[in-house]
Amino acid sequence: MVDYGGWDMPVEYSGITDEHMAVRTRPGLCDVSHMGEIELAGPDALQTIQRLTCNDASRLAIGQIQYSALTTPDGTFVDDILVYRLADEHYMLVVNATTTPKDYAWLSSHAAEQGGDVSLVNASARYALIALQGPAAAEILSGLTTVDLSAIKYYWFATGEVASVRATISRTGYTGEDGFEIFVQPAQADRVWQALLEAGASHDIKPCGLGARDTLRLEAGMRLYGNDMDETVTVVEAGLGWIVGWQKPEFLGAERLRAQKAAGAARKLVAFEMLERAIARHGHAVMEQDAVVGQVTSGTQTPFLRKAIGLANVPIALSPIGSELDIDIRGRRAKARVVPEPFYKRPRPA
Amino acid sequence: MYPTTLKYTKDHEWVKLDDAEAAVGITDFAQGQLGDVVFVELPEVGRQVKQGEMFGTIESVKAVSELFAPISGQVTAVNPELGVHPEQINAKPHDAWMIKIKPSMPAEADALLDADAYATLIK
Repeated sequence: MVDYGGWDMPVEYSGITDEHMAVRTRPGLCDVSHMGEIELAGPDALQTIQRLTCNDASRLAIGQIQYSALTTPDGTFVDDILVYRLADEHYMLVVNATTTPKDYAWLSSHAAEQGGDVSLVNASARYALIALQGPAAAEILSGLTTVDLSAIKYYWFATGEVASVRATISRTGYTGEDGFEIFVQPAQADRVWQALLEAGASHDIKPCGLGARDTLRLEAGMRLYGNDMDETVTVVEAGLGWIVGWQKPEFLGAERLRAQKAAGAARKLVAFEMLERAIARHGHAVMEQDAVVGQVTSGTQTPFLRKAIGLANVPIALSPIGSELDIDIRGRRAKARVVPEPFYKRPRPA
Repeated sequence: MYPTTLKYTKDHEWVKLDDAEAAVGITDFAQGQLGDVVFVELPEVGRQVKQGEMFGTIESVKAVSELFAPISGQVTAVNPELGVHPEQINAKPHDAWMIKIKPSMPAEADALLDADAYATLIK
């Protein structure tokens, strides 16, 4: 068990490789209750979100979800978030565990500055969150709910019951696999967890810890706040220009992001594959001769693709696909190559 | 659990002493802590190592750890199988030797732990 933002969390149950493979081929179950939830309600809730996040939340229908970021005036990340539209004037932001207090303070102070009619609640203690991920996720969950799961598209959610417990069922995840994230009251989380384990037993379901969650998300090319980006990296530099609502009116950081989009950023987060038998990890330096020019932000050996891969923050000159990176791994240089993202894309049903 | 035919170190390595050579690996406890081993970096044959000196690294999916020479001497062999199948270290840790050392100071081995002492250490 490790301390993760004040939560005691398992790094692994049966082993990272075993858990990773379960999610890629069957189902895995991950307790992600550490994620924070912040709700905004009121006539000016949308306006507040529009001003403080980079994606265009006005495009969300009720029941729809969007990947976005809370941005600083410099266009960098306060956090990366999911925005849920719960009702007409009611939204929920799902935020990272370690950043929940910071995000809530940031939202509160900026909402107060704007002076609109919006109420903010840090609702994190009201929700446990269980992620059921893998090709058999829908089949397993359908036995425990009357909600028509086939009607929930990717990045949409529905409310109903799971194992007779009131739940919000969200077709989202952090693994690159099909699956659901299920919000329930903390007091009932254990019941739902056990029911899912039982229902998944015939598919050899595996509980998954933080370790597999990290290798899965990296294989899928998903960023981790605090590793791959933070308050020093802009949304464009992180390679996430697609989560910017370029057409929407002003928001915090818009000016810098627009300038970077027009002129090109000086740095970029890129995906790489090792060309030698070595694993580059978070914090290792990208070198040009004797100068440090960049940094590995995430890196591991992936259990499914069986390759050493990672993400690195590099100067734009080193960012084109095929560029060779020279990485200092504990004093030894090893070569890597910039590759297209994501590393892994799940096969679409025919 | 811990074979009495082996000697152990506080760094969670085992040593199998023969007449002329000492085979070195990591213990079941160590492989359990590391998780799935994916990569082992080992020295060249012929290298001289001192007791306590780092002779290589072992990497699992989640972390990298250093390997320390349990005794001084010359590296006489490196297990070639571990380059291709590092997972053998998880599967049978007390058989998957990494290097063999020809001891230069055989008396150093006297200070190594026996199976009982090691089992107590990791309790």
